[in-house]
Amino acid sequence: MPPRLHTDQAYEGELRRIREMLLMMGAKVEEMLGQAMKALVDRDSELAEKTLYIDRQINRLELEVDDLCLKVLARRQPVASDLRFITMALKVVTDLERMGDLGVNICERVMELNEEPPLKPYVEVVDMAEAAREMLREALDAFVAGDADRAAAIVERDSKVDAYYAAIFRELLTYMMENPRNIYRATREQSIAKYIERIADHATNLAEMVVFMVRGKDIRHVGKLERRASVRPGPAAEPVADDSDASLRDLAATARHKP
Amino acid sequence: MSTRSTPPPPSVPPPGVEKMRADRLSAWFGQKRALKDITLPLVEHKVTAVIGPSGCGKSTFIRCLNRMHEVVPGARTDGQVLLDGKSIFARDVDPVRVRRRVGMVFQKPNPFPAMSVRDNVLAGLRLSGITPADPSRLAEEVLRQAALWDDVKDALDLPGGALSGGQQQRLCIARCLALEPEVVLMDEPCSSLDPAATAKIEELIHELRERYTIVIVTHSMQQAARVSDYTAFFNVGELVEYDHADVIFTKPSDPRTEDYITGRFG
Amino acid sequence: MRTELDAAYSGRTLAARAATAASCIAVAIALVPLLAILLYVAQRGLGALSWSFFTSLPKPVGEGGGGMANAIVGTLELVGLASLIGIPIGIAAGLFLAEYRTTLLARVGRFSADVLAGVPSIIVGIVVYAVVVVRMQRFSTLAGALALAVLMLPLVARTTDELARTVPDSLREAALALGASRWRIAIHVVLRTASPGIRAGCMLAVARVCGETAPLLFTAFNNRFWNESVLDPTSSLQVQIFTYTMSPYDDWHAQAWAAALVLVAIVVVLNLVARRVLRGPRAA
Repeated sequence: MPPRLHTDQAYEGELRRIREMLLMMGAKVEEMLGQAMKALVDRDSELAEKTLYIDRQINRLELEVDDLCLKVLARRQPVASDLRFITMALKVVTDLERMGDLGVNICERVMELNEEPPLKPYVEVVDMAEAAREMLREALDAFVAGDADRAAAIVERDSKVDAYYAAIFRELLTYMMENPRNIYRATREQSIAKYIERIADHATNLAEMVVFMVRGKDIRHVGKLERRASVRPGPAAEPVADDSDASLRDLAATARHKP
Repeated sequence: MSTRSTPPPPSVPPPGVEKMRADRLSAWFGQKRALKDITLPLVEHKVTAVIGPSGCGKSTFIRCLNRMHEVVPGARTDGQVLLDGKSIFARDVDPVRVRRRVGMVFQKPNPFPAMSVRDNVLAGLRLSGITPADPSRLAEEVLRQAALWDDVKDALDLPGGALSGGQQQRLCIARCLALEPEVVLMDEPCSSLDPAATAKIEELIHELRERYTIVIVTHSMQQAARVSDYTAFFNVGELVEYDHADVIFTKPSDPRTEDYITGRFG
Repeated sequence: MRTELDAAYSGRTLAARAATAASCIAVAIALVPLLAILLYVAQRGLGALSWSFFTSLPKPVGEGGGGMANAIVGTLELVGLASLIGIPIGIAAGLFLAEYRTTLLARVGRFSADVLAGVPSIIVGIVVYAVVVVRMQRFSTLAGALALAVLMLPLVARTTDELARTVPDSLREAALALGASRWRIAIHVVLRTASPGIRAGCMLAVARVCGETAPLLFTAFNNRFWNESVLDPTSSLQVQIFTYTMSPYDDWHAQAWAAALVLVAIVVVLNLVARRVLRGPRAA
């Protein structure tokens, strides 16, 4: 069923604009990540420097989104799905902005690495970046489609990226232990991997917010098992309060049981 | 925990005691059916708001609750309305007694213009043929409950129509409370008032819920969101959704509710 | 376009001014008879007014002096008794017509009241004569009051009906929601709210009835002396004016003018009081 439009066209337009700007921010982050990896593999510091400046556009968009969200809150008193969308937008915008900053950091490390011959072919890092990009792309697609299932699936993939990071770190560690002269390059590469891992975390946050926006179910801070169960479309939405009460109760219970 | 009208589900009662309950309530104006099988609890000492577009039956619904609907020529009802578990339509029940237990405040403030403020407050008793033991004390107590005492304590002999709109509405509320009802029905009480007066009345509703059960019909969704504990959404004579107000306004279950409260009127 | 509008505007202003002038002239013309009556009566009647006019009984022809004390009292008695009978019944009927306006009885009642209001007063007099006077074998104040009451009834009833209908339904609803029964609503809310207007209406009915002569001729008849009881015929200003004017005696003519002045004065005072009553409480 195609979503019904607001009777107030200006309101509909404002919401659409926020949506578009969020997507643009996401696209820019994707672009940054892709370009940064290309700059790394092709050893193209010029490209890396150019890519840096995309962050400026992302920051500008962040300000615009915040501003527009504030206006909508003040003037439209949104409720239900609109309210969840606006609160989601306000949160997601910080994630995207952080991703941009991380992209900047990656570019800086790339430029540093390009001044030295590569330690080894940058395979894992590039794969890891690609996985993170995939996650972000999926999250944005799920956001556009309003598809909570797709968004939920992304949350699982974060562990894969974490695994990537662990593997890269272990490998770089051996390089560093082998030869102190490797440390400079190894730490730079490890930093890049760390940044990518955090980009993936932010993409996960985005996905969780998409689920909240669509289903009204807040799946943040819920363990993996519960997450899988809670995200399945069940009977009419249960109040969120139940979950937090349950987890608080569990917390209190475990505290009591511990001597 | 939402209830729908057809088929009447085994609805989970909300926490708290049910003061009144509509059970498969239908209402007609002649041949035209205004309400279709409404099943809805009204929880004691809580505010239940009824929202919906024009003509959805919300005013008709609350008029059934105090048996004012049947006063209209050609009007009839079917189904049950229970007050403390007993039907208000039973043969041995006098509608006049129902109206003393279930009071009503109307959209346009309607104090009796030919009576003074004091007489207005006591009008309910006099109209029922009851002489209050201590009229002045009763009037003061009820005017205090209605947050109007300070405004009118020196003007008790002014005619009812001399007060401002917001004061008149609070006078009508005081008049209703003087009969010590158990349930107070409010049919768009703030529609004809300015924002300041509306805010005072909403504050009053918040305080009154401790002593009374309140049902408020409103076409302002923001007011329903501010004021109510439970919200019911009516559309074209049917109960579409009923739930805690928090839930209705953050994540309603029915797409029709969603569309209405977000302003997608089609 | 603009010039057309301007031209039309000035044309309309002219027409408006002409219409205003015409209505002022009409009002002036309408006032002429009233002023004529007042002036003429005052001029002719003032001369014959004296203390004895108000205190003494009529004297036989030929003797000078004499007054209309019994007629004045008789008029007041007749009108008072008629009001006592006519006003409560009229108000009750009017309330019924208003509150149960859709019932058949109310519709029949309203139609009947309108018809009765149009029945010539002399016919009312004849009927009361046939029904009351003949049965009782005597003319009486009671019969006269009954005839006047019958004349008052439709006026009071219709006025009450109209005014009760101006009471907004929101007040009735409010009273209903407070748990009032219908008759209590009718009395405590409708009557109370409409009462200034109803009072004024009653005064006007009384004022009108003050002027009815024809029915009195057949019912209260006349009395050269005081009437001892309600069952006696009574004198009245209306009948006295008629009798004295038809007579050939000059001093009786003069007294008739004086009586007319007194009667007109009563009517004017009643009207003024009615207006004051109508305006009074609302000015609060």
